[in-house]
Formats: sequence, structure tokens, C-alpha cells
Amino acid sequence: MLGRTADNLYWMARYLERAENTARFLGGIYRMSLLPTATAGSGAQWETLFLSPEEHEEFLSRYDVFNQENVITYLAEDLDNPSSIRSCMCSARENVRAARHVLSTEIWETINFTWLEICHMEYAEIVDMGIYQYFEWIKERSHMFRGVVHGTIQRGEAFGFWQLGTCIERAGNTARLLAARSDSFRSTASRQEGVADFYHWGTLLRSVNAYKIYREIYRSSVEPRKVAELLLLHPDMPRSLRCCLDEICSILNHLRDDGDCVRDAEELRARLVSGRIDRILRSGLPEFLDDFGKQANTLSTEIQQDFMMVR
Amino acid sequence: MGTKTKAKPFDEMTLDEGGVRNAYAAYAQWLEETSTERLTRKHEQADIMFRRLGITFTVYGRDEGTERLIPFDVIPRILDASEWDILSRGVIQRVDALNAFMHDIYHDQDILHAGKVPAELVLTNVAYQPQMLGHDVARRVYAHVAGVDVVRVGEREFYVLEDNVRTPSGVSYMLEDRQTMMRLFPELFANHAIQPVDRYPDELLRNLQSVAPLGIDEPTVVLMTPGVFNSAYFEHAFLATEMGIELVEGQDLFVGEDGVYMRTTEGPQRVHVIYRRVDDDFIDPLAFRGESSLGVAGLLAAVRKGWVTLANAIGTGVADDKAMYVYVPEMIRFYMGEEPILNNVPTYSLRLDDDRAYVLDNLKDLVVKEVHGSGGYGMLVGPASTAKEREKFARLIKTMPENYIAQPTLALSTCPTFVDSGIAPRHVDLRPFVLSGEKTTVMPGGLTRVALEEGSLVVNSSQGGGTKDTWVLRE
Repeated sequence: MLGRTADNLYWMARYLERAENTARFLGGIYRMSLLPTATAGSGAQWETLFLSPEEHEEFLSRYDVFNQENVITYLAEDLDNPSSIRSCMCSARENVRAARHVLSTEIWETINFTWLEICHMEYAEIVDMGIYQYFEWIKERSHMFRGVVHGTIQRGEAFGFWQLGTCIERAGNTARLLAARSDSFRSTASRQEGVADFYHWGTLLRSVNAYKIYREIYRSSVEPRKVAELLLLHPDMPRSLRCCLDEICSILNHLRDDGDCVRDAEELRARLVSGRIDRILRSGLPEFLDDFGKQANTLSTEIQQDFMMVR
Repeated sequence: MGTKTKAKPFDEMTLDEGGVRNAYAAYAQWLEETSTERLTRKHEQADIMFRRLGITFTVYGRDEGTERLIPFDVIPRILDASEWDILSRGVIQRVDALNAFMHDIYHDQDILHAGKVPAELVLTNVAYQPQMLGHDVARRVYAHVAGVDVVRVGEREFYVLEDNVRTPSGVSYMLEDRQTMMRLFPELFANHAIQPVDRYPDELLRNLQSVAPLGIDEPTVVLMTPGVFNSAYFEHAFLATEMGIELVEGQDLFVGEDGVYMRTTEGPQRVHVIYRRVDDDFIDPLAFRGESSLGVAGLLAAVRKGWVTLANAIGTGVADDKAMYVYVPEMIRFYMGEEPILNNVPTYSLRLDDDRAYVLDNLKDLVVKEVHGSGGYGMLVGPASTAKEREKFARLIKTMPENYIAQPTLALSTCPTFVDSGIAPRHVDLRPFVLSGEKTTVMPGGLTRVALEEGSLVVNSSQGGGTKDTWVLRE
């Protein structure tokens, strides 16, 4: 397969996954904003989606305040924000288009149909559709796309690069989700949970379809420590860092006998396999996540180099 | 000249005296029994199918990347076996002559020595590539794929408008239009013996494999595209998928020490035949336009070393130039010893004083075209023009006469077409696709383009033209 085609498949997967995750996070925040808490209505919750000072600055250079309308506009439909849902769908479509010759017509039709629906959609239309319904719809389209790809893509390299893109992006997004809440680990790790906190963590779990899995595995009430453990280290939780790295390693081993990317992926995975949640929380979750993010970026760059993907 | 605009142009379906032509007998009856509502519904369905499939076309000169659908008309253009016999023999004859001509002008130049074609017109032509002199291409084929534009003015009267032997496009519409018609109106295919066209990608691949460099048993063929922003990208991806070959851009290829390679995830892989849809000017930044990022450095040298075959060959543009067009009948006589089966449209060369004077006096009745133009850009259709447009062209002709040719306005045949006001006649042309390799063949069908505006003679998709499925009936 052409290196460039591999690149297209990899990014097609990343953009779709990113769009879905953004929809999940925004949906989660939206639900939390409807809960009766002290911070409701202040916009503080919407601000948690912006992790770094650069992200804050970028947002505030064009919007005056963090509130529902501005944040949803920026993260869902702003075409000047390359990571907005609409931009991601556009980029995903361009990548599918460039790799059309190795993809089924159904894959193209699914993304193209989504794009035709979303390409003119602005905040007013999102409100009109129903904010919650909109995020559900994005998720549905992403599920459908994943199903079509899984059912029709050629096994071997094409399947591999698509999976790699999905897993790397997914791991990165789960890490972001936890990072956005990492402050609350400091303040509440040892304290008794309040009712509001319970709803917060419940909503967070639901936004990544982890609520039932949590109940199944822990059979206890929702505690931040266990939430972190589930999303970081548990191999059976499909959106956990550990699960994503398991898949990445298995694919890379399948595609390559050797190479920087294979070694680095194994190393990253080993840290998650041997990691203990208490130790991670003690030495600082934000630091752990930050470190993970950097290594995941290096891994992504190495994958692109090892497989002659050009960019 | 005998090509003056008649009061009523030839219609593909209806006879002047009433009734319909043989080819349309069964269809006309079906059409009569079919309600307008049903046609409208089918028309809308077709629109949705094309949009979902992303069969779009990029229109240059508008907002960058504007994607538009080429309107598809649900009423087919039907040719019977005897009509197709003339057409198919005619276009094959032409393409054979053009291939012989290109071999000649890049080798011994017999036709120039014989004085049949003015040497300066060939040798100083911007599309003439001296680098190809003395180079032997596989099977002496230069135009592996040609799309000859033909119009009809009478029962047995066909004219060739252009021989497109550079990188003709449109074949994906021929194939998709057929698919769409079969989905929309399966019953019509049950009661008509329509020759299939869907083996085209197969034949194209076999054709491309047949021109691989000598000694290669299982040649690797790739399709080279300028990229996703090219107006014909859909077609490039479509053909690559159908043939099961890689769709490459210039950046995916490089010239190594012993051949041309593509960069794959498993390392460099040798390439033997490049079906390129990139123009000569952009194909090799070392040999042609230095600033081009679409091409592959050193590709021309690789061609000359016989490492790789380009289809179409470099330097074919000289043969489909509108100035060279005038001499195609002469080429047919010179190389084939035959009389042309299809007519050439009488053409005024504006570099000749007499012709120019006549044209400037009669702009209102003539069509003026740029010699190197394509896609209906830079063209004046006299009868439909305003005084201001004619003034502009008169000025252009006087400044750069060698850049233009003029032709009488042909009364292009009309074909019933489904438009807002119902079924009405609209002007059509036809582009059959000719493949040359081991032998020369033509798909029974082609792309029928239709000018959707009433009375308009410009069928180009870039100017708002539409397409129709083209049926060739068995005997």
C-alpha cells in the first residue's frame, strides 16, 4: 500500500474518533450543566474542556466568555478550529476521498452523507435539532461509520492503519477527559463523596459508555480513584488507555517485526500494565497524563515515519 | 459548405414527418406510457444517487473547491447498430491515423517532407516535445486512450469536433450513467438489447498492461492523478478502484537507479506503466515546468531509458491541437490510404489573411475557439453572442491570430431531454472512448453531453451542460 494511502486511512480514523469524542465530552458537560450545583450557570464547567493555557488563549482570542453557546459553537461547528466536530468531519471526508480507491463505496457514502448534513449546520440549527440529540447523532454517525469500515475494509494493512488511528486518538482523548477533571482528584480523593460529585462522576462515565462496565467490574458506588483506574489501567474497558495500547501493540506487531514505533508502543504499554493507581495518584495524575500525551505523540510521529507516510 | 444552420436541426428521436426513428421505437412507446410524475421522481432519485456517491465536478474560476453535480438526464441517447457501425469505424480510423502521425513526427517526419502538413506548424507547436524525438514507444502507441468528440447534423452525417488525445476524461460518467439508468429503469433494459459498457475498466487495464516495457511479465500499472482538488479526481479514483491499481500522486513516485518506484508501507515498489492524468507541462519538473509539484523529477529520462511507459505518451498534445485538426483527413489518406469516414468541420485558420478577413466579417455566424483551449473556456459562439463579446474577440483575433480558429456554427442534433418545462429537444454531442494497445477498440457507447439551456450549443460540463446514458443497440 502507498505510504500516503496509509496516512489517509490513519487520519480518517483519527478525525472521526476525535469528532465522536468531542461530541461525547460536550454531551457530558451539557448534562452536567443541567444538574443543580453551585457552579451551574457560571460557565465554569464549559471551561474545563480547555486544558492548556494555549487552548484558553486561542478560545478567548475569538470569544469573550466561556458559556454554553460559545463553547459549543467553537468545538462543534467553528471551521476555523481544526478540531471542531465540523472541521473533523470535513478532514475525515477529505482523507476518505483521497483513499477512495481502497475503500468501499459504502464508506464514502457514509462520511459524505454525514458531511452533507453537517456542512451548513451552525449553532442555531444545533439548538433547533436539540443539543443533546445533536451529540447523539454525531455519535451514531461515528458508530455507523465504524461499522461500515469494520465490515468492508480489507484485512491486513488497510485495517491496521485504520485501527491504529482510532486507538491512538481514543487513548489521547480519554487522557484529556481525565486531565480535565484531575483537579478534583486532589481535593476529593480522600473525602466523602457528595451527591453532586456522584452525579458528576456518573456523567463522566456515561459519556464514555463506561458506567455499566464500572458497575460490572467494581460492584460499588462511583469513586474517583476507581474511575481513574478503570479509564487508565483496565484492559477490558474499550476506551481505557491500557486497552487502546493493547490493540496498538497487537496491530504493530502484526504489521512490523521491528522498528522504533513497535518498541516505543511496547514500552508505553508496559507502564500501563505494571501501573498501580494509588501510586499514580500520589505522584500526580496531571503529570502522568501529560507524560502519556507526550509519549503518544512521539509514537504517532514514529508510526508515520516507519511506514513512509508523508505529511 | 453545406452546413448552414437549418430551420430545425436533426432530432435523434423524432422524424420531421412525424413518428420516431427505429432506434427509439420501443423507448418512445414506453415514454408515452410513463407519467411526468414518475419521470420527475426518477430524476430526483438520480440526483440523490449522484450526490451521495460524490460524483461531483470541480468548477474552476469559482470559489475554490466548489463541488457541483453534473446534471444527469433520465432520457437516454439511443443509436442503432448501423449508426454505431459508421461511428465506431470512423473514430478508430482517426485514432489509428493520429498514432501513426505521432510516431512519424517524432521519427522520420515523412508527412512533413511530403508537404502534407506544414512543418513549422508541428515543429514550433508548444505541445511538440523534441525530447521524444527518436524515442520508440511500446507498440508505437502514443494515444492509449482517446475521447473523440463527434456531433451529428443528419441521418448519416457525423462531424468530428475534437480529437482528445492528451488526458481525456468523462468515461466514469459513461459508466455511472449506465449504472444509474439500470437502477432507475430496470424494465427498459429487459426490453432493449443494449450493448454493455461495464467491461471498460477491464479492457483499459489489459490495454495498459499490453504496453509495458519489454520483458516485464506482470507489469505494475498505476494511475497518476494531480490530486483531490483536480476537477476529474472522482474519475481518477473511480478508475483506479475499478482496475484494482494504486492511485498515486507525484509525491508517491520517484526515479531510482534502475527504474521508477512508488513509496509503499513496505518500502519502494517498482512501477512499469503509469496511466497519467497529469498534463505534460506538470509531469516532470526537471524537463518541463520547474515549479510543478504535481510531477516526478526525472520521469522523462526514465521514459527515454525504457524503464516505464506513460499513457498517454508525452507529446501527444501536438496531435489534438485545433490547428492540427485541419490536417487529420490528410493524415488518414497519407498513413492509411483510406478516405475519412467521419467529416471534419471546415475550419478557418486565422493566421491566413483571406480566412481572417472572412471571419472578422462573419463573426455572428461562426464559432471561434482558442487553439489550445479546452473545456469550452475562451470560446465565442457567434449566433448566441452579444455585440460586445464579438468586439472583444475581434480584438483578440487581430492581436494573436495564430491563437484562434473559426468554424461555421453546426446545427448539432437534438435529443429529447427532461427539463423543467417537461420533455423538450436539446442539443447533444457524443464522446466515444477509444483504446489503443495490442489493437484499437472502442466501447459501444460513450458520453453524451447535452446543453440544457434551450437553443444552447455549448455542451461542456464546465458551462452547465449535462450528461445522458448512451445506448448502442444490437442488430
